[in-house]
Amino acid sequence: MSTGVSYNDQGGAEAAVEAGQESTPTSSSTGAAFGLFSADFKKNEDLKEMLESNKESLKLEAMKRIVGLIAKGKSASELFPAVVKNVASKNIELKKLVYVYLVRYAEKQQDLALLSISTFQRALKDPNQFIRASALRVLSSIRVPIIVPIMMLAIKEAAADLSPYVRKTSAHAIQKLYSLDPDQKEQLIEVIEKLLKDKSTLVAGSVVMAFEEVCPDRIDLIHKNYRKLCNLLVDVEEWGQVVIISMLTRYARTQFTSPWTEGAEFDENKAFYDSDSEEKKDQTEAKPYIMDPDHRLLLRNTKPLLQSRNTAVVMAVAQLYWHLAPKHEVSIVTKSLVRLLRSHREVQYIVLQNIATMSIQRKGMFEPFIKSFYVRSTDATHIKTLKLEILTNLANEANISTILREFQTYVKSQDKAFAAATIQAIGRCATNISEVTDTCLNGLVLLLSNRDETVVAESIVVIKKLLQTQPTQHGDIIKHMAKLFDNVTVPMARASILWLMGEYCEKVPKIAPDVLRKMAKTFTAEEDIVKLQTVNLAAKLYLTNSKQTKLLTQYILNLGKYDQNYDIRDRTRFIRQLIVPNEKSGALSKYARRILLAPKPAPGLESAFKDRDRYQLGTLSHSLNLKATGYQELPDWPAVAPDQSVRNVEIVEPLRESAPIVGKTKQPKSDKFYSDDEDEKEEEGSDSSGSGSEDSSSSSEESGSESEEESSEDSEKTSSDSGKSSSGSEKSSSESESDQKKKKKTKKAPQKKSKPAGDSDSDENGNGPVGQASSSSSESSSDSESDSESDSPAPKKKTEEKAKPKVAVNSKKEVSLLDLDDFSPAPTNAPKPSVLSQSLLSDLEGLSLSNISSTVQVTTSSFGPLKTYELLHHMTGKGLSAKYHFPRQPCLYQPSMVAVQVILTNSSDHALEEIHIGDQSPASLNIHCFNTIERLEPGASVTVSMGIDFSDSTQAANFQLCTKEDQFSVSIQPAVGELLMASTMTEQDFCKEQGKLQGMNEASATITMATANASRQAINKQVLSVANVGEVPSSQNNFSRFAGQTVSSRALVLVSLELSESSGALLTINTEKSVMASMLLQDLKQAFAQA
Amino acid sequence: MIHSLFVINHLGDIFLEKHWKSVISRSVCDYFFEAREKAVDPENVPPVLQTPHHYLISIYRGKLFFLSVIQTEVPPLFVIEFLHRVADTFQDYFGECSESVISDNVVIVYELLEEMLDNGFPLATESNVLKEMIRPPNILRSVVNTLTGGSNVGETLPQGQLSNIPWRRAGVKYTNNEAYFDVTEEIDAIVDKSGTTVSAEIQGVIEACVKLSGMPDLTMSFMNPRLLDDVSFHPCVRFRRWESERVLSFIPPDGNFTLMTYHISSQNLVAIPVYVKQSISFFEAGSCGRLDITIGPKQTMGKTVEDLKVTVHMPKAVLNANLTASQGNYTYDFTTKLLVWDIGKLNPQKLPNLRGSLSMQTGVPNPEENPSLNIDLKIQQLAISGLKVSRLDMYGEMYKPFKGVKYVTKAGKFQVRT
Repeated sequence: MSTGVSYNDQGGAEAAVEAGQESTPTSSSTGAAFGLFSADFKKNEDLKEMLESNKESLKLEAMKRIVGLIAKGKSASELFPAVVKNVASKNIELKKLVYVYLVRYAEKQQDLALLSISTFQRALKDPNQFIRASALRVLSSIRVPIIVPIMMLAIKEAAADLSPYVRKTSAHAIQKLYSLDPDQKEQLIEVIEKLLKDKSTLVAGSVVMAFEEVCPDRIDLIHKNYRKLCNLLVDVEEWGQVVIISMLTRYARTQFTSPWTEGAEFDENKAFYDSDSEEKKDQTEAKPYIMDPDHRLLLRNTKPLLQSRNTAVVMAVAQLYWHLAPKHEVSIVTKSLVRLLRSHREVQYIVLQNIATMSIQRKGMFEPFIKSFYVRSTDATHIKTLKLEILTNLANEANISTILREFQTYVKSQDKAFAAATIQAIGRCATNISEVTDTCLNGLVLLLSNRDETVVAESIVVIKKLLQTQPTQHGDIIKHMAKLFDNVTVPMARASILWLMGEYCEKVPKIAPDVLRKMAKTFTAEEDIVKLQTVNLAAKLYLTNSKQTKLLTQYILNLGKYDQNYDIRDRTRFIRQLIVPNEKSGALSKYARRILLAPKPAPGLESAFKDRDRYQLGTLSHSLNLKATGYQELPDWPAVAPDQSVRNVEIVEPLRESAPIVGKTKQPKSDKFYSDDEDEKEEEGSDSSGSGSEDSSSSSEESGSESEEESSEDSEKTSSDSGKSSSGSEKSSSESESDQKKKKKTKKAPQKKSKPAGDSDSDENGNGPVGQASSSSSESSSDSESDSESDSPAPKKKTEEKAKPKVAVNSKKEVSLLDLDDFSPAPTNAPKPSVLSQSLLSDLEGLSLSNISSTVQVTTSSFGPLKTYELLHHMTGKGLSAKYHFPRQPCLYQPSMVAVQVILTNSSDHALEEIHIGDQSPASLNIHCFNTIERLEPGASVTVSMGIDFSDSTQAANFQLCTKEDQFSVSIQPAVGELLMASTMTEQDFCKEQGKLQGMNEASATITMATANASRQAINKQVLSVANVGEVPSSQNNFSRFAGQTVSSRALVLVSLELSESSGALLTINTEKSVMASMLLQDLKQAFAQA
Repeated sequence: MIHSLFVINHLGDIFLEKHWKSVISRSVCDYFFEAREKAVDPENVPPVLQTPHHYLISIYRGKLFFLSVIQTEVPPLFVIEFLHRVADTFQDYFGECSESVISDNVVIVYELLEEMLDNGFPLATESNVLKEMIRPPNILRSVVNTLTGGSNVGETLPQGQLSNIPWRRAGVKYTNNEAYFDVTEEIDAIVDKSGTTVSAEIQGVIEACVKLSGMPDLTMSFMNPRLLDDVSFHPCVRFRRWESERVLSFIPPDGNFTLMTYHISSQNLVAIPVYVKQSISFFEAGSCGRLDITIGPKQTMGKTVEDLKVTVHMPKAVLNANLTASQGNYTYDFTTKLLVWDIGKLNPQKLPNLRGSLSMQTGVPNPEENPSLNIDLKIQQLAISGLKVSRLDMYGEMYKPFKGVKYVTKAGKFQVRT
């Protein structure tokens, strides 16, 4: 079969054989003709027959070859009718290939494409979710305007599909339909709004993508989903993460106030962020900035993504931190960005571009990593130049010598373009750092004798600029350049030398005229730019030294007058009029000197990335340094933050009027919105069991619904009724809702006595009914709602204050406080990490499949040491006195050591020398001594730190404190509580661990407490003063729990205190170290007994 | 997002095109060819280009350009990362990513591209999910397929996309359950003329080959996790567990994957396994030069250095090299000016040495800078950073898996300036 030759696709020969056997006599004749007419047309005829045959394998073969044609960019559109018939094929691969074909050519054959639509419509109803999804995918990819209504319908249906995969596909279809017919925008936005509420991680990325494409300005759609998106982010697929992060960056810029406060004030406030005391924001200027908890949420949830393997995700997070985080937090992205530099060349290119922009503003961020930007000879040129750019940006007084040494290597590079760029970089360093200007200049002058022309030329140009910035005496360099002049051939360099001669002709009065003389000889052979500078030099010399150069100047001006280039002719004419005095130009020529020899501002040597920061980092526009189509400006921070309550997610949102944007758009369809929300809640209830990680927003919703169940029957009726009725009563229900919530909180903590508190509040304020009463009243008459609306927040605030004495409330916006619960710290002075790690742990538990062992984290205590013990009295110590205390920090030297700080004071009248530690006993004692103090002046004192391994015993550590003359034996006797390290754990872990340490390991006692110690704060204070333990957040009010580890053997020490009705309390200590337990018990007992 | 993709070979022929939205004429690539021409070296083509109506983002992998056409603003790394993912997928499916292989498997390539992007937005990029939908080719199957008319498109629809762990397919079964991990570390270093280290970094990667039945939950812990302060993980690794306990806890994908990569930056002290003594000089007079290179072990932790290789990019003026190697052999490619000295195993008793003369083009000024040496090497059973896996535990399944960890140290971008 000779026909096989013309097929170049795999299996082609076989197919032809089969075709030959199968086909009718006519076809075999065409087959025979193949060898003669191997035109495409013939080949396609053959394909057509194969497609029309009954054999599946033949059809498949034909389709494969057609796809091959498409891939090569050859036309196969005339086969459309034959292909489209197979759209309903049973063979999956055949069907897929037909889809490929259809999507490619439907635009051209719109009428025929319609034949396939009914197949897709049928498939959209298929029970298999993948078939539904793929049908929607192809249907929406067929760009035929006639089917827009069908697509719209299909999208709407798919958006409500049970399968998240189909919903994801519908999100993709939204963008396709929008690009096909932008008129559908309004309807599509509705679908987007609905899909944004979706809880599936599968959908989130795609729908945000659709949002960005269709309606990026509808920021109001995001409010309600903001927290959900933040919390889902980690579990979204990587591509979705990129899109969501960049959308949230924009969102955050419109909703939060700037965390970048003015310099000094900002530093003072650092402690505020760290302590996580997220109080209510106050808008007055004088008040310190406090970050919106939602803002913090975003930063916290994006941080783990810096560890993503996807470079785009890392970059997205980096830009988010750059644009949103407080200045001192931005640097956490540095390490990850530097890591990306090991990635592919293209990734390097983009990352380096972004680092270049960042390094201009924030040198400190990348300075520690300066070595990562050193250039290798194997790097591509554009990578080299970018690295050079960054190195130059990072140069400062401290590192300039190393950088210059690097540059010296680069200058010699074989890549001459790069060498030239290096010279420019040296020039920039020289202008930026005045200390090295002279060194750089000398180095550049040395380069003038380089053999390579481009290097010399570039050096001259840079020297010219440098000399200009340093108008001091540099006559030597100019003379040197004049000498070089004959050898330099690069026009730009020659021109630069000439310009320098002219500018500083008074400094080199003898040489300049000579140079001009040489130039007069070669003038006609020079490049234009050199000619212009020659004219310039002539004019300047004429003005300063007309005696010597008058004739030369006239000669050059004459040459210039008849030059071929009109620029030169023009310039010559101008100069002649200016400098040569004649009748006409008398007035101007007087000023010629001032015009030509005016002091000129030095050119700034600036980074090419200077102005790139106007674009958002990581964008295409930033990379190209011009505004790309569809680029969205990153909005500036608002001066005053918009209402933050808009992000609160509740079943019924409270006080919607306070959100102007939302109010405007959502008011008309609020009914629908609410009913949606109700559905959402139900759905979510069922979802939550399935999806592993439950976010805080949904849990707050759940708690909302919980509270509904808990509340009395009529109020439940109220809320459910009002949910469906007019918006007026909804508002009232929202209040009753929040009331219920409030009640629920008080229920959880029975001690707080909700009723009396509420009553007293209303008394204090003189405001109307609260709680149950208000909800029922607003139910009966929706008119009264306006009153109660304004009133109810105030009492609510009061109860809030009661419940959480630490949370200061000071403004009118406290409505949102209810939802801040998730973020505000527990009302204790427990260290911040405990709260954090708890939430992390709970998240983690949701994610993992296996049982995870409890997490015990060692933290540094927040409780500062108070007790100082005497080590050596100045009387016994002959003037040397020593005191020590336990700083309760992890010991730097060895983890098993207890850190001790010793304060040595010289109270004698002469200086003490060589203070050090001598013999130790017991000999096995492991002490990390402080370095010998050479000299301690009279009256001076010094604090030194040591580490002592007590091996978890209270045995005193004896050692000798020596001076040059004397030796004093001293001993440090640790209190048992100082042998511990504070650790944090969750309440569950605590109980679990406590369960393991029963019997022998438990010591308990009933103690009587001084009345002053009964409050929780007092208990904390007392316990922490005795022992270095960390508080465990407790849900029960009468229980206080603390956890610690022994420093040396890491044995857990658990302290729990149960308050009983009277002033008594049960104190329990669980630990393997039973001796320690009893000692600690004793210490604690004493502490509590004291008033 | 991504509008079209063109795959271009080193000659500048477009041999594959794929459009996810309406068709864009391949003439758009002319702008790219222009830039390609200007750059001389394909490595130097800027990855992001602008044309009047489109933006072109390209990557260069295995002598092929993957060129994507973009119409609107999009993070360039997003596209670059995706294109590399495409190339990785081809590599994974066909063993290599070259023109011939792509042309031979054009149908599978097309099917893959169709699944990987929908309307320009990535859909399924996880190799496990793709393999469920489109089976990678192998000889046996292609024979069976031609006989039975079967296809390489999966009959069952992929479930992986829906689960919480899209990287692992359900119902995996093996008779031999095994999990192997390769800890590979590459040293990137710049060593000065005088032998001092200018900068040195370690780039580590843990590659895994896990063939375990069911849904195993693995936990890997390290002897010295403190070394790892800059890491990136496969999505399967539970990041919070790492943060709190410094262990890697994960449900592994089936088959080969990269578990984590880590970076030990130049701030740490990095051991340099070999030292190089070199002298390269060019003489003006006789238009010749002399070369003398000796390599010896430095900090090898008692292990042997293998696969030692020195590559030198000679300056253009060097015509030929007449050298003698005490060990291994050398080649000098006249056209690319590439001197390659393949040494093999480093013998500490008898240090390998390469010396001889270089003949230079007459009349051309001598090169100013001596060419830098690029070193390749391999040390088995050693992770130069000192990282060690202490244990690997499996939960969730009853059987006992076979476990193994292998350490290799290689030279990455190891350059000696001369």
